[in-house]
This record gives sequence, C-alpha cells and structure tokens, in this order.
Amino acid sequence: MTPIVLLKRLTFCAALIPAAQLAYRAYTGDLTANPIEYITHKTGDAAVMLLVITLVVTPLRRLTAWNELIQLRRMLGLFAFFYACLHLFTWAIVDKFFDVETMVQDVFERPFITIGMVTFLLLLPLAITSTKGMIRRLGRRWQQLHRLVYVAATTAVIHFWWGVKADIREPRLWALALSVLFGFRLWWMLRARALSRS
Amino acid sequence: MLIKKGGGIPYSEITPESVYMRRREFIQAASGAALGVAAAIASPLSTPVSAQGNLAKLPNVKKSPLSTTEKPNSYEDVTSYNNFYEFGPEKEDPKANSGKFSPRPWTIRVEGLVKTPQSYDLESFIKPYALEERIYRMRCVEAWSVIVPWVGIPLGDIIKTLQPLPNAKFVEFTTLMDPTRMPGQRIPIIRYPYVEGLRLDEAMNPLAILAVGLYGAVLPNQNGAPIRLVTPWKYGFKGIKSIVKIRFTDTQPVGTWQISAPREYGFYANVNPMVDHPRWSQATERRLGEFRRRKTEPFNGYADQVASLYSGMDLRKNY
Ligand code: HEM
Repeated sequence: MTPIVLLKRLTFCAALIPAAQLAYRAYTGDLTANPIEYITHKTGDAAVMLLVITLVVTPLRRLTAWNELIQLRRMLGLFAFFYACLHLFTWAIVDKFFDVETMVQDVFERPFITIGMVTFLLLLPLAITSTKGMIRRLGRRWQQLHRLVYVAATTAVIHFWWGVKADIREPRLWALALSVLFGFRLWWMLRARALSRS
Repeated sequence: MLIKKGGGIPYSEITPESVYMRRREFIQAASGAALGVAAAIASPLSTPVSAQGNLAKLPNVKKSPLSTTEKPNSYEDVTSYNNFYEFGPEKEDPKANSGKFSPRPWTIRVEGLVKTPQSYDLESFIKPYALEERIYRMRCVEAWSVIVPWVGIPLGDIIKTLQPLPNAKFVEFTTLMDPTRMPGQRIPIIRYPYVEGLRLDEAMNPLAILAVGLYGAVLPNQNGAPIRLVTPWKYGFKGIKSIVKIRFTDTQPVGTWQISAPREYGFYANVNPMVDHPRWSQATERRLGEFRRRKTEPFNGYADQVASLYSGMDLRKNY
C-alpha cells in the first residue's frame, strides 16, 4: 500500500468518527434527554469541521510539496456534505416533522437559518459536480465553481456564530482557522502576481 | 402529517401511544442511525417516576393544589439536562461538573429596602415554613420543556416575613460568585454573578417558590442547590440558582441574560407563544422525552393565576 492510499483509508475512517460516536451513543441511550437537539449540534459541528479541514488540504500540499495529498480533498468535502445532509434532515424531518409552513417561515425570517440554507445550497452543486465525469465535462469552469467552497465555509461559520446563545468560543475558533487559511491563499496569490510582474 | 394543530386538546390526551408507534415505524424505516434515535427517545418515556441518588429525603412535604396533574419527567431527565452556566455551557455540564460542589454551610444575605437587612444561615432561613411539593411545567427559552416535582416554600410567605419597606417595588436575587467552586465562572461567556429579579407583586404570586428540593429529596447541585427560584409562568432562565443574596429595591433589576442580549431576553420573560425569540419561534416546544413538538401556552399554561399581573401591558414590548 502506498502512503497516500494508507492516508486515504485512515482519513476515511477518521471522517466517520462523528457518525460512529452518534450511533454508539444512540445505541447506549446516551444522546441526552433531548436527542434531537444533541444530534443537530453534533452533525453541525462535524460538517463545519470537515469543511474547514477540506480547505487545509491545498495549503498543506503546497507546504509539504506532497502533491498526492490532493486526492483527499474530494472525500473530505463529500463527508462535510454528508454531515450537512444529516444535520438538515434532523432539522427538517425529525425536529420540524415535515412542517413545511414553519420551515419556510424559519428560512425566510431567521437569519441564522437563512444562512444555514444558503450554505447547504452552496454545497449542493459542489457535491453533485464532484464526480470524475463532471470534472472532465466542466473543465476550467469546474475550478471556478468549486471556489464556492470558500464561500460555503464562511457562511457555515456565520451560521454557527449566529446560532449560539452566548458561547461563541467554538465558532470563533473556526473563524480564526478560516482567517489563517485565507491568509495563506492571499499571500500566495499576491506573491504569484508580484513574481509574474517582475 | 399525523396530527392537525388546534383543538386546544393537550397532545398528551390524544392517544399518544398510537401516534408514537406510527412515528416509530416511520423512524425505523428511515435509517440505521435513526433507529438508535427512536430507541433513545423511547427510553425516557418508559422510565418510572422515582427519586434516585443518595440525597436526603425531605420530611413533611405537603401536596399543593397548584401542582399540575401531568406526569413528571424522570429524575434522570430533570437532573441530567439543564442550563447552569456556572458549571459549564453545555446541557450535560451541570451534572458532570457540580459533583464536588458543597452547598453547606450556606448564608443568604437579605438587604436593601427591607425592615432588617441581615444574613441568615440557610437552615434558619427556611425553618419557619412548611415545605410544599409543586409539580410545575418548566419552559426553557430554548423551546424545550420539562415537568418537575419541586419541593419548596412560597416566595410570598418568605417576603411577608422579611417585611420589605413600602417603597420597595422589586426583588433582586444573586447567585453565589466563587469560581473555585463553580468552574464555569472562569469562562467569560456571560457576566457573573448571575442576577435575576421580579416585580414585588410577581414575587408575591402564590405560584412563585424558592425550591430546596426535587422529587421529595434535597435539591441536587446541578439544579441550583441549595436554594433556587422557580417561577413556572416565565422562561427557565428567570429561575436563578444557588441564591446567596436577596435585595429589595425601588428600581427594576437588570438580569444577566438581559445584559448579555437585551433584544433577546427581557426583564419579564413571560412564556409567550406570540412573541418569538429573534432567532427561533416560541410557538412550539419539545417536552423532554417526546418526539413531536407541542404548542406552547401563554404564561406556560398558568394564565389564570398570573395574567392579571400584566393587564394593560404591551407584552410585545415587555418581553
Ligand atoms: C437549511 C439548512 C440548515 C438549517 C435549517 C440548520 C439549522 C440549525 C439549527 C436549528 C441549529 C441549532 C441551533 C441551536 O440549537 O442553537 C444549527 C446549528 C448548527 N449548524 Fe446548522 N442548519 C443548516 C445548515 C447547516 C450547514 C450547511 C452547516 C455546515 C456546513 C451547519 C452547521 C451548523 C453548526 C456547526 C451548528 C452549531 C452546532 C453547535 O451548536 O454545536 N448548518 N443549525
């Protein structure tokens, strides 16, 4: 097994940990007295975490010059989408129990839900176009489209921030992580521009 | 949709069993993960009502006609899931982090516009009164609810004994400030010590109690030991815990959550399905142990006893 294949398998298993934890806690009846809220929080946490980790791949690849790392990116992004789906389904199906009227009202009237929905709608086309066929078919536009992942990560963190009652420590941490990652990109972009000019 | 809204019949009276079974089938069909969820939701429903733990039983507790006839949540539900930021911001934190807290000896300082400002030892403070069981609905501002069999003393009786001065209009409560004993106070999420207040006529309402027990036994640390406020027609955050100071005043107290987010949490904090929290609806709530949301009642179903306190007031402005 080559190192990258091993890393891919390890990453796959690691990305399943939040789901496994939830399943185990469900099995042992340990989802707190309010399981629906607990699952909403944990799946949301996992989605944001994986989204941010997805954005770590490219800088890490540049810093380490290990080009194969790029093979992790799609899997991580799809796992982020997977948890976002669980999160959304928990809200729509289990919490609101298909109460479409209330859900529509929430999406339009509550900014923190609105931006959660925006995040989901940004992730959706990225997940749909993540297949090899789509990558080939879209060519250059695929690259452009998938830059949306930066927007999605940002709106996801805003959703988290606006959703908490008082404890902003976690969303603040993710906002900081995003700032560092954006800093890297900006730095590289500016440097590339300076180099091409000189 | 399984149940239509409206009708005014409490959800508990419309054969919850069959509905419950149908939604269980639904969930089981959904997915493996959801299966576990159903099991987890089912278990609290089947837990028998009983006190647990090794906390001392409280003697001579009177029943009260003010108690609801609804079935209390399990001791486990009531003591393992609540907000008490002094022991951490997550719902599991109070139970997890309050084990070492010792609520004895305990002193309560009474001050401000009152006949004799003075400090009391807890035991002598509560000694003159008979303990009553009050089974109340508790509606959290976060849209979940729980039924709790408190043991306590009518706050009005205590206030009559303390004799506030004629110009006292409000009563303000303060929680213990001691970050060495309350580790959550080391995290600056909200301002400590926690403060809450009531208008004096609200405080005199027969529903308002200072609770010292739960399920017939001494109040567990995580629920606000040794003594806490319970005002069942208001959102849970008004129920200030581990009280060390009671102050009578002529100016409206400013509560901790009011300071934290004045647009979201007001002084009155009366349960009101018509006035939403800016970030979520207050029209419905989830009772711990139940799957479907139920409708939230004005004043949490205690309108008959308390609505007159607010006649003529705009409850949208005075949220
Ligand atoms: C229509 C789409 C969405 C809806 C309706 C929604 C709804 C919610 C709700 C109701 C909460 C709980 C807030 C609380 O109890 O305080 C929440 C929290 C959260 N959501 Fe979403 N969400 C959506 C999309 C997303 C997406 C796409 C992500 C991430 C990629 C996400 C990440 C989070 C996170 C991290 C939290 C906080 C969890 C915590 O407090 O630990 N959400 N969301």
